[in-house]
Amino acid sequence: MKSRAIKTLVSPLWGQNPINVQMLGICSALAVTIGLKAAIVMGLSMTFVLSASNTLISLMRKIIPKNIRLIVELAVISTLVILTDEFLRAYFYDISKQLSVFVGLIITNCIVLGRAEGFALSNPPHLAFLDGIGNGLGYGSVLIVVAFIRELFGSGTIFGIHVIPQAFYAAGYENMGFMLLAPAAFIIIGLLVWGGNVLRNRRSG
Amino acid sequence: MLDLFNIFLNSVFAGNILLAYFLGMCSFVAVSKNIETAIGLGFAVVFVLSITTPVNWLIYHFLLAPGALFWAGFPEINLGFLKLVVFIAVIAAMVQAVEMIIDRFSPALYAGLGVFLPLIAVNCAILGVSLFMVERELTFVESVVYGFGSGVGWMMAIVAMAAARIRLRYAAPPKGLEGYGLTMIVTGLMAMAFLLFSGITI
Repeated sequence: MKSRAIKTLVSPLWGQNPINVQMLGICSALAVTIGLKAAIVMGLSMTFVLSASNTLISLMRKIIPKNIRLIVELAVISTLVILTDEFLRAYFYDISKQLSVFVGLIITNCIVLGRAEGFALSNPPHLAFLDGIGNGLGYGSVLIVVAFIRELFGSGTIFGIHVIPQAFYAAGYENMGFMLLAPAAFIIIGLLVWGGNVLRNRRSG
Repeated sequence: MLDLFNIFLNSVFAGNILLAYFLGMCSFVAVSKNIETAIGLGFAVVFVLSITTPVNWLIYHFLLAPGALFWAGFPEINLGFLKLVVFIAVIAAMVQAVEMIIDRFSPALYAGLGVFLPLIAVNCAILGVSLFMVERELTFVESVVYGFGSGVGWMMAIVAMAAARIRLRYAAPPKGLEGYGLTMIVTGLMAMAFLLFSGITI
C-alpha cells in the first residue's frame, strides 16, 4: 500500500511528467516563465488546484452521476481556481498582475480535468491527493526550469537579483533579449523534450 | 477606425493568441497533422471567438463588473469574481447553440465543422480572449474586432503549422526530437517570424 502511494506521488515527477510526456496543459505554462517568481507561484497554484480538486472529486466519486460528471468536475475546478485567484489578488497583488489571466486559465487546463477524469474518479482520496501533488509539482518543475533559463540569460538575474558579474558586461557580454520573447519559450520546451527523450531512451535501452 | 484596424492587426500578428500568448496549444499540437482538419478547426475557432467575445463583453459590463448592476438598482454590487465561471458557461452554451443553428440551416457546414465544435468549448484560447478583453478594458466594438482578429490569427498559425508538418514528414530529425519536440521548435521559429510584425502601426 505504502509503495503504491509513493509511486503515485513520484511517477508524475519524471517518468510521466505532465508537460514532457503527456503534452497536456502546455497552454498556460509558458507565458509566465519570464521570471522565476511568477513561475513558482504559478506552479504552486496549479499544485493546490490539482490536489484539492482530485481529493474532492475522489471523495464524491460514488455519488456523482455518470452523465453529468463533467459539469460537476468543472464546477469543483472553477471554484478552486476562483479561490486561488482571489487569494493571490489579496495577498500577492504584484505577482497576480504578472500572472494576469493565466491563473484563470487553469480552469481550461487539460491536466486538471484529465487527472480528475483519469485518476480521481477511480481511486480513493488519499491516492488522488498524492497524484494531484505529484502532477502539480511535475508541472511546476518544468515551469521553473524554463523560467530559470529565460531569466538567467534574458535579464541576467535570478529572483530579480543580478548574478552575472559586472566584469562580464565590461568584457562585452550582453543580456539576450530574445530569451524574454515568446519564441524562446517554444524553443526551450522543444529542446527540453528532446533532452528528456534522449535520457529516457538511454536508460531503458 | 484606424484604432480598430490596429487592434485587428495586432491580434492577428504581433499579439497572436497562439504564438505570443501560448493559448490553444493543446488542440494546436493535436490537430495540425492535416491541412483540411486544421482549416476546419480554424474556421470553427474564428466563428466561436467572434460570437463569444462580444457576448461575454455584454454579460461582463451589464451584470458582473463593479457597478454594472446599476440599472437594476444595486450600484455597490461587484460580481467580478464570478467572471471565470460565467464565461465558461457562456462559451459552452454558445458552442452548443452555434452547433444546433448550423445543423439546422447548413448541414454541409455542419458536416465540416461539427466534429470540432465540442472540442472548442475547452480550448483555452476562447476563454483567454474573453479574459484579455476584460483586462484590456476594450469597448464593445473593439471586443468584436479583437475576437475576430484573434480567431484569424489562431487559424493562420494552425494552418501554417499543418503545412509545415507535411514537409517535416520527409525530414530526418535526430533521435528523440521527432514529434512533439520538433513541433515546438518549428512553432518557435514561426513565432519569431510573426514577431517581426510588432511595431507596425498605421
